[in-house]
Amino acid sequence: MNAIFSLILVLALVVVATLGAGAAKMQTIFAYCIPGTAFVIFLVGFTCKIIGWAKRPVPFRIPTTGGQQQSLDWIPQNKWDNPSTGPQTVMRMLLEVLAFRSLFRNTKVVLKHDDGKNPIVAYVSAKWLWLFAILFHYSFLIIAVRHMRLFLQPVPFVIQAVDFGDSILQILTPTIYITDVLLLTGVGFLLARRFFDAKVRYISLVNDYFPLFLILGIALSGVYMRYIAKVDVMGIKDVVMGLVTFNFKVPAGIDVSFYVHLFLVSSLLAYFPFSKLMHMGGVFLSPTRNMPNDTRIHHHENPWNNPAVKPHSYEAYEDDFRAPMHEAGLPLDKSPEEAA
Amino acid sequence: MKLYNGGKIITGLVIFLGIFLAPLAYNAGKAAYSQPKLKMPENEKECIESKEFMRTKHMQLLNDWRDASLRDGTRVYVNSKGKEFEMSLQKTCMKCHTNKAEFCDKCHNDAAVVPYCWDCHIQPEGLKK
Repeated sequence: MNAIFSLILVLALVVVATLGAGAAKMQTIFAYCIPGTAFVIFLVGFTCKIIGWAKRPVPFRIPTTGGQQQSLDWIPQNKWDNPSTGPQTVMRMLLEVLAFRSLFRNTKVVLKHDDGKNPIVAYVSAKWLWLFAILFHYSFLIIAVRHMRLFLQPVPFVIQAVDFGDSILQILTPTIYITDVLLLTGVGFLLARRFFDAKVRYISLVNDYFPLFLILGIALSGVYMRYIAKVDVMGIKDVVMGLVTFNFKVPAGIDVSFYVHLFLVSSLLAYFPFSKLMHMGGVFLSPTRNMPNDTRIHHHENPWNNPAVKPHSYEAYEDDFRAPMHEAGLPLDKSPEEAA
Repeated sequence: MKLYNGGKIITGLVIFLGIFLAPLAYNAGKAAYSQPKLKMPENEKECIESKEFMRTKHMQLLNDWRDASLRDGTRVYVNSKGKEFEMSLQKTCMKCHTNKAEFCDKCHNDAAVVPYCWDCHIQPEGLKK
C-alpha cells in the first residue's frame, strides 16, 4: 500500500509536469521558477537542518563499536574501527563515507543444522545491500557531475573526461552511459529488496518508497530523453545556462520530457531537506562514527548538566539518611556510633 | 545559539554550499550564453531532412547509414520527400558542411560530446583547426 501510494505520488508529479509544460504551455514556470525555488529550498533547508542538529548537545562517546579498543601495549588496537585519536577517526569517517564500511559488515540471520541435525542460529555475511548501494551512490554522483556539461561554459576538461569515460562502451547512438545502467540496477535492487524481503517490507514507509520511485522516475525520464525522445541538447543547455547565469530566455522547441525530468529533479531537491535523504549530511554527524573512543583518556563533561546541582556522593547520602537506614536494617559504611 | 563542534560543522556547510554554488561562480561575470552560430553552406538551403530532424536525430541517421552501407551494402538513402542520396559522410554530408571545426565541433564542444566518426573517417586536410 505504501509502495502504491508512493508510485501514485510520483506519477502525479509526472502528470503535473506533462500538463503544465506541455498542454498549458507554462514552459517558463517549469524551466526557471520551479527549479530555482526548489534549489533555494534545498540549500536553505539543508543548512537549517544541519544547524539544528549542531545545536543538540553531543552525548557521551559511544564505545560500543566493532574492533579492539586501545588497551595495554601488547594488545593490538584496531585503529580504523575503534580509533582513539583524531586522525584515526578521520580514517574511519573516510571509510564510512566513501566505502560504506558499516554496510559492508551487514549480516543476516540464517537457521542451519549441524551434523546431528540440531538447529543452529547463524549470522552470515550479506554483501548485496552494500554492493548495490555503492553502485547506486557512485553512479548518482557521476551522473550529477557529468550533468555539469549543461551548467558550465566552456565545459571544463574534467567534465568532458567523465562524460567520455562514462560513454566509452560506444553502444547505441547516442552512446549508452555505464552509470545509467548501474543506477537503474542499483535503484531496482533497493526497490526489489523492499518488495520481496518480508522483514524490510514490514518496516517500509511511504518516505522509504517515495524517494526510490522519485529517483527511478528521474532516471527513466532522463533515459527516455536521451535514447527515445532525443531531445535538443543545445536548446536545453540554453535554458540551463539561462538559469545559472540569471539570463532567462523563453524556452522553445524542447520536448516535454525535459520538463518532466526537471520537475522530478526539482521535487527531489525540495523534498530533500525534509526526508531520509538528509543522510547525505547526517552521515558526517553519526555519533558512533565521528567520535574517537577516548573515554578512558579524557574526562567527559555532560553538556546538559545543571551547574547549580552539585555532586552528591554516597557518603553524603548516607550522612543524610543514616538513622532511618540503620532502623530499616540496611548495611551502612559507617554505623551511627562510628559517625557520631 | 550554542553549536556543538560548531567550527567543524560550519566548515562542512561552507564546503557543501561551495560545491553546490560552484556552477554559479564559474559562470559569473561571463557573457550570457547563447547557442553557437554554425557556418551554414552557401550554395544549399535544405539538408536531407528537416532542420528539427537533423538537430535532434542526426546521430541516429549517421549510425543507420553506417550500418546500412558497411554492413548491408545499401548505399542509397531515400528521405521523407522521396529524394535519393548516397549514404556517405564524406561525399554527402561534408559536400556542403565542409568544415568540421565550423560546423560539427561547435555544438559538440559545448555539449561535451565526442562522436567517434573520426576514429575511422579522415577529416579533410587543410580544414583542420
